Amino acid sequence: MKRGASVFNRVVMALVFLFLYAPIFLLIIFSFNAGNSNMVWKGFSLHWYGQLFHNRLIMQSVYTTLLVSFLATLIATVAGTFAAIGFYAMRRRWRSPLMTINNIPMMNADIVTGVSLCLLFVAFFGLWENFAVWFNSFGLFRLPTHLSMGFGTMLIAHVTFNIPYVILSIGPKLRQMDKNLIDAAQDLGCTWMQAFWKVVLPEIKPGVISGALTAFTMSIDDFVISYFTAGSSASTLAVTIYGMTKRRVNPQINAVSTLLFVAVLLLLAAVNIREARQERMAAQRQS
Amino acid sequence: MKRKLSLFAIPYVIWMAIFVVAPVILVVLYAFSSKHGFTLDNFARMGTYAVVFGRSFKLALIATVVCLAIGYPVSCMMSREGPRFQRIAMVLIMLPMWMNFLLRTYSWMAILENNGLLNQLFQKIGLIDLWNQLFGTNLTFFPMMNTQGAVVLGMVYNYLPFMILPIYSVIIKLDPSLLEAARDLGADSVNVFRRVILPLSLPGVLSGVTMVFVPSVSTFAISTMLGGGTRILLGDLIEQQFTGGAYNPYLGAAIALVMMVIVVLCMWVMNHFGEGEEQAVML
Amino acid sequence: MKKTTALALILAMCLTLTGCGGGTGGSNGEKREVNVCSWGEYIDENLIYQFEEETGIKVNYSTAESNEALYSLLSMGGADYDVVVPSDYMISQLIEEGLLAELNYENIPNFSQIDDRFKNLSYDPENKYTVPYTWGTLGIIYNSTMVNGPITSWSAMFDPAYSNNVLMIRNSRDALGIALIYLGYSVNTTDEAEIREAFQLLSDAKNNGVYQGFFMDETFLKMEGGNAAICSYYAGDFLTMLDNNPDLAYVVPKEGANWFVDAMCVLKNAQHKEEAEAWINFLASNEASMANMDYIGYASPNTKVLEEYPAYYEETYGEPLDQGRYEIMAAPKEVLDTCEAYLVLPAETRALYNDLWTELGI
Repeated sequence: MKRGASVFNRVVMALVFLFLYAPIFLLIIFSFNAGNSNMVWKGFSLHWYGQLFHNRLIMQSVYTTLLVSFLATLIATVAGTFAAIGFYAMRRRWRSPLMTINNIPMMNADIVTGVSLCLLFVAFFGLWENFAVWFNSFGLFRLPTHLSMGFGTMLIAHVTFNIPYVILSIGPKLRQMDKNLIDAAQDLGCTWMQAFWKVVLPEIKPGVISGALTAFTMSIDDFVISYFTAGSSASTLAVTIYGMTKRRVNPQINAVSTLLFVAVLLLLAAVNIREARQERMAAQRQS
Repeated sequence: MKRKLSLFAIPYVIWMAIFVVAPVILVVLYAFSSKHGFTLDNFARMGTYAVVFGRSFKLALIATVVCLAIGYPVSCMMSREGPRFQRIAMVLIMLPMWMNFLLRTYSWMAILENNGLLNQLFQKIGLIDLWNQLFGTNLTFFPMMNTQGAVVLGMVYNYLPFMILPIYSVIIKLDPSLLEAARDLGADSVNVFRRVILPLSLPGVLSGVTMVFVPSVSTFAISTMLGGGTRILLGDLIEQQFTGGAYNPYLGAAIALVMMVIVVLCMWVMNHFGEGEEQAVML
Repeated sequence: MKKTTALALILAMCLTLTGCGGGTGGSNGEKREVNVCSWGEYIDENLIYQFEEETGIKVNYSTAESNEALYSLLSMGGADYDVVVPSDYMISQLIEEGLLAELNYENIPNFSQIDDRFKNLSYDPENKYTVPYTWGTLGIIYNSTMVNGPITSWSAMFDPAYSNNVLMIRNSRDALGIALIYLGYSVNTTDEAEIREAFQLLSDAKNNGVYQGFFMDETFLKMEGGNAAICSYYAGDFLTMLDNNPDLAYVVPKEGANWFVDAMCVLKNAQHKEEAEAWINFLASNEASMANMDYIGYASPNTKVLEEYPAYYEETYGEPLDQGRYEIMAAPKEVLDTCEAYLVLPAETRALYNDLWTELGI
């Protein structure tokens, strides 16, 4: 393939990035608005940033969002990778129905997923209460009788709707992989765990990464499912924002989004600079 | 040996049984019942909503085609850049989605409104006057908000990354020697693309199409925010049954069920356009 | 591998960034706490911290999107909130379905500060379940540079002269309510013919292209930016729009309007009833009520606060409160007398509303 892109390619990509980032830039600009509108500019101010750090509700929901998104992404990526490999290795007779089931959380309207999970949890808590009361009557040790939804149930929900995206990202990479690769590795003396770590995983790595990115994105942006599974003590940023839509969305939200955005950008730059330096050093050592 | 790897899927299959299948059974139960027990009434009303079904699938299809038309070339172009550029670009493509959906959509509103940024820009550069002179109209702005075009734009904006990522991750792994071989054997670049790159990237394309089309069908809020909510989509219709005035989860479940069945059928048809066994992503 | 390090770094960075936000919101049985669900931007936050400091009770404050979203969560048993703040019609629905607990008013001495106008209202006739939080009217907001002369009637919401310039509220109860008021019917009518007539009015206006669309929070952006001429929204929110666009005006039309009360209630299965009542009592106090009225822009039901607010405003902002502004916030009695509050509708009527509303969207 030809390396070094033409000017035309660069222009097209720049346009796509402009399309993706235009609303983001606008959002960032309005986070410095003195007024509280997203439409009317009333002068530059850092007012909302100042207020933000005293706003426990927003800060706590940012924390919850990041925590649930990272954990859900981590669990979903690991579980999804294994599941994708398992599906890949299956006979088609088994794989087809399982893949259809796998895609249900994606096909379903968010609200239906949220509501049905909520009903499931409530039903489970009801059963649990009966069980715990019965168990406690033996007096061995006490089980809590009253369970309620919270961070844990929300995490389960997030993992559930994230895994299909991971599997869907990894699937094509597996099919692209040479089928004899695993067998070859084993013939050369690998155990099947080694074959997985040393052969399969490097092959599907781009799929795993894009699956993880997608999962994280879905988690961060989800509102409906979190609302129905979060209970009263955990609230994500998205739930907090939608909660404001009966009135107006507080501009502090723009400010906190800007900060998160800048943090990720800085991080990206730092990682990149470090990698560039490492590459240069490696090149020097070679020469 | 390969079969042994299929054991890897067992934990997830159990997970699915609890957290995917059980809720779906609940949905089916709800769809066939009302407050007073078993009924088919929920499905009898589906005819009324045929228009909404048609509109949702049409807009989702348009959005998917647009995403593909933009996403495929961009993926190819990305794969030709240096490795560092690629790594950054991949995250940069996802990054906008980490800002809350509602905030991004507000921004789009501020851009597309009658008095929005774009219209002000058009006004400044005289585009609107030019248009009025050319076509004898009397516009003070281009009406962009509250149209179906705006809804499609919202969908494309939201789901484009889900098209680019899977296609890119497949294209980047194409063996360069394969393309060289094709060229050496006398294929021109059109043929290399049509006979080699395209078929080999098809699994990625099918993944991307699924990841864009499926959520587009059930999306909600985009049509109310950018489309004005005078012509609702399926996602809004379902949402109204759960969090609207009447709270009718039974009807909501029924609509969702019908939607799922149609989506499964669409995916099935699509996968049979692919080459059977290996491309079967969904079924 | 580098990607994983990158991810780990992001995690670490974000955690430190938000470290000051602290607390995972986990709960244990020993601690005194109260779970509150309200609307976003519906409280002066400092009150939460003040309450926690004074009483040592931790407040888990979460928000819901709408009365209906709250209801669907409650009816599924999916929430363990103690205090909720629904609107009038939703309160009577919750009472009807036995989801609310009777309050012990001995624990809420500040209830006596509530103006008699806001006690024993139709949603809770014997006042056993609720303590009012805010109230206001739903009128017309218009951009005076975009209409011909002041608007005084709901007819503007259906007038083809304002084609593609009107924003209708995206809520079946309010939208049909407006049409009912314009037609001279009660907003609580259960007569199917009347409701269908109202629906026809809306539907015709929609088909004539009067509406840009049906909106809720988007209204702010559109009205402030001068993208639409007329909309119907709540009085308290008009004031914040006015700050961004001085051309806007608010009117309670001559046909009358809807007025609403949002009140605090305790759920029947609340785990922290005592703490819940302490919280309600705190918010009903003069100081808290005053702070809220100033922050939210919705009127307080507290007699003293209503009287003293203009003075408080002058002291805080250094300029006298405009009488017109005050009367938009807290509608005077003669205006309120023309307004009607929502009651819960029977299930069949609610289903009819929902069907008609869906039909309007198709």
